[in-house]
Amino acid sequence: MKKKTIQKEYIITAVILLAILAAAFVLDSMLPSYHIAIKVIKKACVYSLVAVSMNLLNGFTGLFSLGQAGFMLLGAYSYAVLCIPVAKRAGVYQYFDGGLVQFSIPEIFSGILGDKVGTTVGMLVALLIGGLVAALFAYLIGLPVLRLKSDYLAIATLGFAEILRAFFQWNALGPITNGSNLLKSYPDLSRASAYIILAGAFIACIVLLVNSTYGRAFKAIRDDEVAAEAMGINLAHHKRLAFIISSFFAGIGGGMLAMYMGAVQALSFKSTMTYEILLIVVIGGIGSITGSVLTSFLYVASLEWLLRGLDSGKFLGISAPGIFKNGFRMAVVSIIIMIVVLFFRKGIMGDKELPDLLRKHGKSKKKEDGANE
Amino acid sequence: MLKIENLQVAYGGIQALRGISLEVPDGKIVTLIGANGAGKSTTLRTISGLVKAKGGSIQYDGTELVGKPITSIIETGIIHVPEGRRVFPDMTVLENLKIGAYLRNDKDGIEKDIKWVYELFPRLEERSWQLAGTLSGGEQQMLAVGRGLMARPKVLMMDEPSLGLAPIVVQGIFDIIREINRQGVTILLIEQNANMALKIADYAYVMETGRITMTGTGRELLENEAVKEAYLGKKK
Repeated sequence: MKKKTIQKEYIITAVILLAILAAAFVLDSMLPSYHIAIKVIKKACVYSLVAVSMNLLNGFTGLFSLGQAGFMLLGAYSYAVLCIPVAKRAGVYQYFDGGLVQFSIPEIFSGILGDKVGTTVGMLVALLIGGLVAALFAYLIGLPVLRLKSDYLAIATLGFAEILRAFFQWNALGPITNGSNLLKSYPDLSRASAYIILAGAFIACIVLLVNSTYGRAFKAIRDDEVAAEAMGINLAHHKRLAFIISSFFAGIGGGMLAMYMGAVQALSFKSTMTYEILLIVVIGGIGSITGSVLTSFLYVASLEWLLRGLDSGKFLGISAPGIFKNGFRMAVVSIIIMIVVLFFRKGIMGDKELPDLLRKHGKSKKKEDGANE
Repeated sequence: MLKIENLQVAYGGIQALRGISLEVPDGKIVTLIGANGAGKSTTLRTISGLVKAKGGSIQYDGTELVGKPITSIIETGIIHVPEGRRVFPDMTVLENLKIGAYLRNDKDGIEKDIKWVYELFPRLEERSWQLAGTLSGGEQQMLAVGRGLMARPKVLMMDEPSLGLAPIVVQGIFDIIREINRQGVTILLIEQNANMALKIADYAYVMETGRITMTGTGRELLENEAVKEAYLGKKK
């Protein structure tokens, strides 16, 4: 009996997710690709993936790391460098004699698999390579850094991300990174549904991981390191694993962000970006994947679209050019954030997921009764 | 049989254990009693590998455990239930139990052991979906013991299971300890509640400032004048 109701919740969840995907397909066919709704969906997908990857580390394993922007930078650059068509390299790397890398992964694959399929496969491969590069750096950084705890870990990873940003703009690396100039002209997925499928697939991987034995071990480390160690969980190994996996997905998220932006520059991967992601994770609920995804969409949609009017003089039909001018939007966003933090102490979702919300009321009520005892 | 010989442990310059020797025969309940700072917890933590020994040996069925990683010590079947319960507060009761079986791969066996733990502690089954942090102190202690049992221990080492619990709850915990022992698990128990511990123990060791000062069966020590005076509250 119990098993049946659990299954029902997961079926409803799957239906909801499929409905969202179907809606994205409809939007894709109705709206042009430069429409703001499409752009919002794309960016929100990228932020969702990165936020969930950060949640895996900060929310599930309890390691407070602020290196997300750095790992996204690695993923974005890997993707861009590997995907620029050979013919356009001379133009992009105009100050560095066309650059060192003289191949393009999508072109290699389109030679084997035909133009359309090959390009897509090549782009996916490049994304995965971006993730692997980020994971490799995470492994190396993790060796010294993961010995630190809480705030100190945050400081060290933040520093790493900043150093990386400066390093990538160094002229000596120009033949690969194009110095402080833009990397552009690489292929993109134009449809919002493609972003949803990609981000969804990677988030699904993280969900599976969180619910596996490894996920349980991560949570145990977060809750009590000594007890976790006494249960036979190898602390160093699992922390490193969580760090590497989180960075891998952040790297892929970075690659997708590169796709979305159309041009990559190290300058844009500032620590502000990490803070944005951290904000999304905290407001969504630390330890809730649904919360991170939901908040990503709310955050991106309101900042990029719904509240735009606050900056340009007209909002919800009210026209007040004196008040609604540049910067007012951010003030409103800050107030909204403060309200959310005051009234939802544990974030919008707490540590609940979508299936938890769908679970029958009687059961969740029983849970609360127990908690009040 | 768990056999400790001349075990020494130091925290920095401070000697916590000054060469203790003790034996825990299979199938028995052995207890270590003593005041705060006597080195009881250190002894357990050293056996389970959480603390490194400075010298001496710990042998289980002839295999040396000193210097081995924690995971392989757990795999030999020596399980530590740490002091102060230390359940994972933001995980459900069931998840806590599953973490206890972390190093095991036999799915069927784990399912069977979850049932076994639920039989021992029916309270935990009622609350299997509740977050462990919301349990009462007694229930958390049950969970900590149950979590230890999920690792299929041959020797279960318990650090102050009565800490901070009401007397009636303590009685229940001790009944369970006896029951677990009857089902074939060797118990090494640390207690400040010397009276309770000596009553159920087959053998007992009294520790003082890093040394073992007295040994005997539980009954012998219960009747020993010196022990009575120091730990049992002898009437003047």
